[in-house]
Amino acid sequence: MTAFLAGLEPRIDARHPAWLQALRHAALQWVAEHGFPTARDEAWKYTRVAPILEIPFQLAEPGPRWSAAQVEALVGDYGGPCLVFFNGYFDAGLSELDGLPPGIEVSHLAPQLLADSGALEGLFGHAFQTRPQAFTALNTALAEEGALVRIPAGTTVETPIHLVFLAAAGVAPQVMHTRVLVQMGAGSRATLVESHAGIEGEVYFSNAVSEVVLEADAALEHYKVQNESRAAFHVALLSVRQAEGSAFTGHSWALGAALARQEVRVVLEGPGAQVALNGLYLPRGVQHLDNQTTIEHLAPRCTSRELYKGVVDDRGHGVFDGRIIVRPGAMKTDASQTIKTLLLSATAQANTQPRLEILADDVKCAHGAAVGQLDEQAVFYLRSRGLPEAQARSLLTFAFVSELLERIGPAPLRAHVEQLVTAQLRGLEVAA
Amino acid sequence: MSTDNARIRELSSQAYKYGFVSDLESDAAPRGLNEDVIRLISAKKNEPQWLLDWRLKAFRHWLTMREPSWQNVHYEPIDYQDIIYYSAPKPKTPGPKSLDEVDPQLREMFGKLGISLAEQERLTGVAVDAVVDSVSVATTFKHKLAEVGVIFCSFSEAVQNHPELVRKYLGSVVPYSDNFFATLNSAVFSDGSFCYVPKGVRCPMELSTYFRINAADTGQFERTLIVAEEGAYVSYLEGCTAPMRDNNQLHAAVVELVALDNAQIKYATVQNWYPGDAQGRGGIFNFVTKRGKCAGAHSKISWTQVETGSAITWKYPGVILQGDYSVGEFYSVALTANYQQADTGTKMIHIGRHTRSTILSKGISAGHGQNTYRGLVKIQKGATGARNHTQCDSLLLGSQCGAHTFPYVEVKNPSAQVEHEASTSKISDEQLFYCRQRGIREEDAVPMIVNGFCREVLKELPMEFAVEAQKLLGVSLEGCVG
Repeated sequence: MTAFLAGLEPRIDARHPAWLQALRHAALQWVAEHGFPTARDEAWKYTRVAPILEIPFQLAEPGPRWSAAQVEALVGDYGGPCLVFFNGYFDAGLSELDGLPPGIEVSHLAPQLLADSGALEGLFGHAFQTRPQAFTALNTALAEEGALVRIPAGTTVETPIHLVFLAAAGVAPQVMHTRVLVQMGAGSRATLVESHAGIEGEVYFSNAVSEVVLEADAALEHYKVQNESRAAFHVALLSVRQAEGSAFTGHSWALGAALARQEVRVVLEGPGAQVALNGLYLPRGVQHLDNQTTIEHLAPRCTSRELYKGVVDDRGHGVFDGRIIVRPGAMKTDASQTIKTLLLSATAQANTQPRLEILADDVKCAHGAAVGQLDEQAVFYLRSRGLPEAQARSLLTFAFVSELLERIGPAPLRAHVEQLVTAQLRGLEVAA
Repeated sequence: MSTDNARIRELSSQAYKYGFVSDLESDAAPRGLNEDVIRLISAKKNEPQWLLDWRLKAFRHWLTMREPSWQNVHYEPIDYQDIIYYSAPKPKTPGPKSLDEVDPQLREMFGKLGISLAEQERLTGVAVDAVVDSVSVATTFKHKLAEVGVIFCSFSEAVQNHPELVRKYLGSVVPYSDNFFATLNSAVFSDGSFCYVPKGVRCPMELSTYFRINAADTGQFERTLIVAEEGAYVSYLEGCTAPMRDNNQLHAAVVELVALDNAQIKYATVQNWYPGDAQGRGGIFNFVTKRGKCAGAHSKISWTQVETGSAITWKYPGVILQGDYSVGEFYSVALTANYQQADTGTKMIHIGRHTRSTILSKGISAGHGQNTYRGLVKIQKGATGARNHTQCDSLLLGSQCGAHTFPYVEVKNPSAQVEHEASTSKISDEQLFYCRQRGIREEDAVPMIVNGFCREVLKELPMEFAVEAQKLLGVSLEGCVG
């Protein structure tokens, strides 16, 4: 452990501003002191990090370039500004930044970090400083590249901003620490798509942190499509802070990776803020897909809505842990959370934990969770109409997930995700 | 802990002085815990060697364990070496054989609590096995029960008279290594109740035990074991009260239930230990392990609890649904007022096919109370067709309290159906307005609404307990409203 960290120490670039160097040393120090989570940590009860730690990952090197067509096939094209990263390195050739409305900043992070005079400190350091955790700390210490999106006050960006993180083949298993920083000015509106994908069968580790700040009355639609290689590891944190009257909608699609842990943390800091989190996870094969969400109500009159669905097949393992915290003083909070899980095979496993922690009295909070299988009566109904059983089951399974597909705004994105989901569910007919 | 260990080593290196405490004025073990104390407890109770070995095994295992920290309660660390692990009230007449022989002072104490043995006996026909500070002093209706073959006695008597039954079932549901507090209990348990209902017998009356912590600074380590053989039925009530004490007192009990084929056990608790004063000083630390095993097919275990007392409640009565078609139920009302903290819930472990469980939990927080529901529903791979429905509702009274819900759902069988619902709210202004409009004062309206909120659980209690529980809720809420 110490040797591992000592090896990382020199990676801290002396050209970086002093605050960043200090932060990175502090983050490495934190990992040295606290180590990685174990089964004894309640938050990691169902997800073992040992498989990740067993592999001697090397910090990623730039990989061979792909063609635009290859990239599009993998992550889709939504007609807006696009930043492409290979193995965590920015690829200017494949990125598309023309036609951005004036004042809007969509750029890659590395040069910004080098030139920064402290403006990024609050954004970059927040996730680690507020609730440190080993993977967030490693990202804080080692992330050099990523995306910086700043939308000025009152501006609306119509087309989705697409951030693409690709993993190309490496000689040895590689690890990439990428960072996304988003600052939404007062009253601004935008849509952001984060795509994570890689070459099927490759073993790599993607450790991503996204930090989003919404100023008063800003609105952001955030889509995350995680379709990593089925042999890869994906650990991600999305941290969102919301000021008065702002609205954040998050959509998470967990399809790929051998082991993925996706954490979403939303803090409602200003009165009247709204958040909606939607998520779908489809573990099959031996995939382990873990979703952790925390919504913290700090201010009065905030609303939170959460809908997560899981379809677990084969020997897959789906984990969901959702926390809603209502702090003292967050009166008139309205929070609700629904988690539904469908188990399709005898070896599938689901762990669900919807948690409410309420410290204020004038609130309305509810959560519901259900784990089960397809309704046999519905299957019978379809069969009585002449559908073969396998087809009836796959139709009902698709109906179960389509509620979430329908919530995707941009049509090309919906078509792309639908294609991925169908591919993931394919073979159901055989399994049923 | 290292200093404790040093001290334990120091003490255990002393020459073993058999019965060295019997010279003491009070009939209590010395402060602290070591193998000598355990040997002393065992010797006092004239226990067989296998039981002493079991206690020592538990104690040695306990030394390797760490106190759990995952629960959502906060308290000053407990010094386990500053506790008297055994104390017996000195009998003025040794071995009372009937109620008349019971120490009048003790009877007076029960009278104050409104649970006079005589009255219970006369009015309700409930057989009461009263446990005061670890030793059973009076047992009623024993003979009547004996006629139908039901054994209902103190745990110590059971060890003497029915060692084969105790040995067979002790630790079969809660093994000595189960958890920190259960292991501590296994090492030092003093007394408790034992109930055995033979095959095909329907226990003719409700069984009841009153627990009461009396002397200061004595931890209470009860152990209850109830076995219902094939087709048997038993309903067991447990009520707990403790007088006012300033220091926090530790209570770490273990309850084990075993239900064989077609057997049914109903276990109801009204827990009203001293909750501490309005500033949160004192009160009982209640760390209890309760678990039932539906070992046979079509068996049923049902837990009902009303938790209004204790400074800290840490308790998860669970059911292991091993037999096919077995049923587990959990009904709970937990109330925290002032600075009380409760982290309570249940565990339903579905192993057998077509097992069913129902969980209904009502949490009420007032003042600075913190109320946590923590439940686990686990469907094992072989539990085909298992069903669970969970509902937990929380009611918040006042802006300083907290209500938390942590349900864990683990499913490994695709034919299982697990549902969880939870809601949290305060008493709505409309409800209050409606009551006041009908001339009911706010102070009366709130307990009325709270009782309505708990009605589904209270109706699971036998009638006389339901009335007492309702009164308790009212008393506990006094001064918290308005």
